[in-house]
Amino acid sequence: MSLSRNEMHNIAHLARLEFAEEEVAALVDDLSRIIDFVEQLSQANTDDVLPMAHPLEMVQRLRADEVTETDQHRKFQQNAASVEEDLYLVPKVLE
Amino acid sequence: MHDKTITELSRSLQSGDFSSVELTTHLLDRVESLGPQLNAFVTVTGELALEQAAKADQRRAAGDAGPLNGIPIVHKDLFCTDGVLTSCASRILDNFISPYDATVVGKLKQAGTVMLGKTNMDEFAMGSSNENSCFGPVKNPWDDTRVPGGSSGGSAAAVAARLLPGATGTDTGGSIRQPAALTGITGLKPTYGRVSRYGMVAFASSLDQAGTLTRSAEDAAMMLGAMAGFDPRDSTSAEKDVPDYRATLDDSLDGLRIGVPTEFFDDGLMPANKTAVEAAIRELEKLGAKISQIHLPNLGLSVPTYYVVAPAECSSNLSRFDGVRFGHRAEKYADLTDMYKKTRGQGFGAEVKRRIMIGTYVLSTGYYDAYYLKAQKVRQLIAADYAAAFKSVDLIAGPTTPTPAFELGAKTDDPITMYLNDIYTIGANLAGLPGMSVPCGFVDGLPVGLQIVGSHFSEARLLNVAHRYQQVTDWHTRAPEMAAGGTART
Repeated sequence: MSLSRNEMHNIAHLARLEFAEEEVAALVDDLSRIIDFVEQLSQANTDDVLPMAHPLEMVQRLRADEVTETDQHRKFQQNAASVEEDLYLVPKVLE
Repeated sequence: MHDKTITELSRSLQSGDFSSVELTTHLLDRVESLGPQLNAFVTVTGELALEQAAKADQRRAAGDAGPLNGIPIVHKDLFCTDGVLTSCASRILDNFISPYDATVVGKLKQAGTVMLGKTNMDEFAMGSSNENSCFGPVKNPWDDTRVPGGSSGGSAAAVAARLLPGATGTDTGGSIRQPAALTGITGLKPTYGRVSRYGMVAFASSLDQAGTLTRSAEDAAMMLGAMAGFDPRDSTSAEKDVPDYRATLDDSLDGLRIGVPTEFFDDGLMPANKTAVEAAIRELEKLGAKISQIHLPNLGLSVPTYYVVAPAECSSNLSRFDGVRFGHRAEKYADLTDMYKKTRGQGFGAEVKRRIMIGTYVLSTGYYDAYYLKAQKVRQLIAADYAAAFKSVDLIAGPTTPTPAFELGAKTDDPITMYLNDIYTIGANLAGLPGMSVPCGFVDGLPVGLQIVGSHFSEARLLNVAHRYQQVTDWHTRAPEMAAGGTART
């Protein structure tokens, strides 16, 4: 199946990715080929097969509700593009 | 010194033939003179390494030295290293100084190892040739016109070129085993959950596993012993004791049942590779193993299954790169959404963007059942094939890759051709099984790998088989010409 440019733009919006116009044709082509390739999964008979999300039989562990981490926000915020008064700055969201 | 394995270096350091500072200085010289030809490094941490080496020598003098004390290693650049750039070979993280150590890094530090730097890789571990790096491709030390494999290509090239005796890597679909095979070294991907994923930048969380690239199985046993174990910081870490992997290396292979899947010897396997792998399997037979043919009927679907599951998980994991808390942020944008889009559009390379797009598509309304849910069901079938096989055999043997190292640029135009490099390795990731690649011969001067895969938590057995094989063969001791200080064959 081939992906339309419209579908491509919709997925790119969902994925929050901007593409340059000159990238679009090759991308549509690549994505269509990949989707065609994974299409062969439809041939497998998976009636009554449970989906496998994880390779090991595991249950989610719980930990005691205790404070174990120290406050290191200044160290962590050194990697941020923009910080003021210990807060991460982003473009204005609310008017 | 640089020709020695970790095991040999450990003995030399213990007997005082040389100090860790002397060894580290020698290897740093090699990294500086030979490293650039290979483009194997993102960061060389020379000063830090010499400090750590001096401390290791002090510990030894004080009688407090474990087997890995003072041994120089390198980490793939997706392990977080406190105070050191952790880039994942991506523009989006090319300014990220990790504020903490990954558990693997911390444990190896605790064991006394000396970190010489961080190695180049495919961006976010997505690739099989190391050509998807924002720092450019890594070259294969056996032939610098060829790829070293990926995604742990820098680690593999550094170890193969005798720049370092050991390195960490990660394996999501073959990213340790495939480059190990293509560079003639020993690669170990442990069972899912055996080694902590804490501080490993996530790609596909149900498949990612950290492991080792070394020049012998004995060295892999040593490194794995230090890296493995339960970690409360990783929610999928296995609560299982770590055996002494070195204690069982010499165990007999008498009566060991090895299954050879007919599906691994399909038309895609280059005849010369087939010959080398078959010879290796005969060698295991001479060591006492009983060989039988087995079937993994759904193995042919492993690559398409992977290319739904892994991109789906990657699209979710990589949503954290938004230009807010860390990493690159676009300079100009109209609003918040535009900032996200421009930041991510500029920061990610082509293959990463393709996978985020595919992942977003297969998880989107209307396509989820047909692709993602379907792939999860086929994954169950593939895992069941392995489980059924392990009822009649102890381990599975076959090729690691269909061909030896291919030329740089040969497969970059078609993502599917590139994806098919991992056809023999992906199954173990989908089923969470441990696997190894062991050097087993050469085709036109290029190394070939034998792959062995075991049941969950059977690393000790795999290491035992690989070690016994390496006692009767010398493929793993062969070094590329450039390692002697000359230049690689062109």
